[in-house]
Amino acid sequence: MFKLPKLEWRALIAATAVTTVASVLTACDTEAPLNSVSSPWQSSYESVGRSATPAEIASWDIDVRPDFTGLPAGSGSVEDGESLWMERCASCHGDFADSNKFFSPLVSGNITEADIAAGHVASLNDSTRVRTTLMKVATVSTLWDYINRAMPWNAPKTLSSDEVYSLVAYLLSLAYIVDYDFVLSNENIAEVQALLPNRNGMTQEHGLWKVDGLADVNNTDCMNNCEQAVKVESFIPDFARNAHGNLQQQMRVFDPFQGIDTTQSKGAAPSTSAQVIAEPKAQAANPALDLLNDNGCMGCHQLDSKLVGPAFSDVTEKYIDHPDATAYLARKIREGGSGVWGGFMPPMPQLSQEQAEQIAQWLVNK
Amino acid sequence: MSEKKITIQTFQASEHNPTHTAPLGHLQHAPESFLDANTISDISQNGIDSSRRRLLRGSFAAATAAMLMPVISQQARAEEGDPDILNLPPWSKMLGKSVASPSYGQPSKYEANIQRRQSPGLTQTDQASVSFSPLQGMFGMITASGLHFERHHQGWVDVDPRRHRLMINGLVNSPKVFTMEDLMRLPSVSRIHFIECGANTGMEWGNAAVPTVQYTHGMLSCSEFTGVPLSLLLEMAGYDKAKAKYILAEGADGSAMTRTIDLERALDDVIVAYGMNGEMLRPENGYPLRLVVPGVQGVSSVKWLRRIEVGDQPYATKDEAIHYIDLMPDGQHRQYTSIQEAKSVITNPSGGQRLMSQGFYNVTGLAWSGRGTVKKVDVSFDGGRNWYTANLEGAVLPKALTRFNIGWVWDGKPAILQSRVTDSTGYVQPMKRQLKEVRGSRSVYHNNAIQSWRVNESGEVENVQTA
Repeated sequence: MFKLPKLEWRALIAATAVTTVASVLTACDTEAPLNSVSSPWQSSYESVGRSATPAEIASWDIDVRPDFTGLPAGSGSVEDGESLWMERCASCHGDFADSNKFFSPLVSGNITEADIAAGHVASLNDSTRVRTTLMKVATVSTLWDYINRAMPWNAPKTLSSDEVYSLVAYLLSLAYIVDYDFVLSNENIAEVQALLPNRNGMTQEHGLWKVDGLADVNNTDCMNNCEQAVKVESFIPDFARNAHGNLQQQMRVFDPFQGIDTTQSKGAAPSTSAQVIAEPKAQAANPALDLLNDNGCMGCHQLDSKLVGPAFSDVTEKYIDHPDATAYLARKIREGGSGVWGGFMPPMPQLSQEQAEQIAQWLVNK
Repeated sequence: MSEKKITIQTFQASEHNPTHTAPLGHLQHAPESFLDANTISDISQNGIDSSRRRLLRGSFAAATAAMLMPVISQQARAEEGDPDILNLPPWSKMLGKSVASPSYGQPSKYEANIQRRQSPGLTQTDQASVSFSPLQGMFGMITASGLHFERHHQGWVDVDPRRHRLMINGLVNSPKVFTMEDLMRLPSVSRIHFIECGANTGMEWGNAAVPTVQYTHGMLSCSEFTGVPLSLLLEMAGYDKAKAKYILAEGADGSAMTRTIDLERALDDVIVAYGMNGEMLRPENGYPLRLVVPGVQGVSSVKWLRRIEVGDQPYATKDEAIHYIDLMPDGQHRQYTSIQEAKSVITNPSGGQRLMSQGFYNVTGLAWSGRGTVKKVDVSFDGGRNWYTANLEGAVLPKALTRFNIGWVWDGKPAILQSRVTDSTGYVQPMKRQLKEVRGSRSVYHNNAIQSWRVNESGEVENVQTA
């Protein structure tokens, strides 16, 4: 606990101490020595900072609670949500929000009418089923708040309220919670909450939240003859030995416990050659890479493997012999495009012509 | 710094302290030490003039010759000793680099293996991902800032501190805005606390899945954090003492991470932190401002903190209603699971390492508890049949990593090493089967079971789980 000069604060500590023995026992008490003289100005910090204006609060206070406090008025249809989804969301989540390619699926066919009636999704108990967002979530406010604050992935906080309503409506329709002609609004969202398949699926009855919460699993500190038969039931199979890379290169080279050369089979004698030191990864001292990082390009592209968009190495390979590659790619970067790689790339007008050319040149020369 | 300077200091210390003569007797004398007492006194009184400079040069030459002669003869007969002793290495015979190169210090190139690493296949994107701290290469209780584990939900950002603000609103008399300058003017505290991701060891619920302690336990770090107590800021805004029950913490990054924290905890030991291990926070760790919620899973220590809202109900945000919920065997999800219960792990030796020979080893590891301090750590070398109490090293602080050490002589036979912590509430770290009996194996989060490392006859150490 913190030593602070305010009297109310001390009173609060006293009140807290009665109810939370554990926290007091473990708190680091920093009472000053008795002979110390505290500064007469210690408590004079009240004037630091300033009052927030209503407009400032409105700008930042975007959270939406389960009781819909904070939810702005508005509406959006499943139909509008579907077309917006195809434009802004489907490249990562799939047309039907069931893709497992970049993120866990949001929706799949594991929700039944019985679940919607009971408010609890039975297939959560089935370990062979993937657990989707719509199977887990117990509060529809969370979907609204999630999309509003953090989506789309590479351009969060760019959707209007009505657009967020429409996307939530589309997701709900994919899980058969609402029909295709549904229009979600602040007026009827509470009715949707009453249909949410896993609305009764959360519990706060556990000891892992509150300061004085009690443990649910207990062991004893037995010291002798504790386990009668020790049996190993799980270890990493030989075929997966090198799955995390060569462990020899992940340990200190002169440690008393040196890394195992996992490119060799189990139990092989340690290599007598000089210990291997991993070379640090080359730093990206490259303005084009900085541009790519700073403009959200890496949200959809990676250097050497396909993500939403093609790998930069594939772009290089495709255009390296193209006579006007730099001009062509710079235009594609600024204006966007579709059809070349089987997807859609949004325009990047925030990049200047010069910046786009810088990226394009890096792509064809790297 | 030159090697030469260190040699001088060591030798002088031994002269003034005869008890050190024996252990330091093997050190090579620095050339300066071949000056006789009269010359040293003369130089200290009169400085170095040309005649004394000549004298000095003569002394150096004689000393150098005396040193080189045996080395040359021993090069021819390496069996007389360690060539790394008998043949001076290049760094002993060269001028070192200048100060401030580089101006921000970096680890030795020989430490390049000790890095944060991703676990292959764990996540599909690099922005919503994890890098694990190399616990097998770390010492003591503090994590070097550059090795602090990372967990980002939508990538990390480098926030301009001049444009960063902290707002406090909701059930308060006076909603407030603070700049970084404001916050850094306020009374501050510096506290050492661990941050552990709730999903740490989450890959190990079903079976042994990852090979080293970096991947089993590396979503764990411990730092000294400096900042303003959250309780002070809530007091300044005049939180509603009758109605307020929870706060919401919110980040300024793209994901705008939000977490509910109950008010009792918010007023207890939570820090609005800007400093980390003596410098500003690193951008990956929330520069310039983050919440530090001691003892609670890392996601609540919201990075790039921009807003605190005081409220009377929990918020069920994306990372407490869709993610970071613990599935129980009855199909219910536990929500707002926060506390990181007592846990420990042996970091050396650990999976992927090899004992090079039989004999003595210092077995060392880390223990911690989100409910208080580490009271005791017991270590077993036979899979949990018999236990021995380890030494707790250095400071034992609440909700901080605690280093433990225990000596062991390996006899070349197979062994299973385990550690088990007891915390200040009397809670004893559970065995995996005890944890599974209550929580099943699909909860992902809050796996604090006892870790087993099997030492094979070859000396190889591997991650195993015992029945």
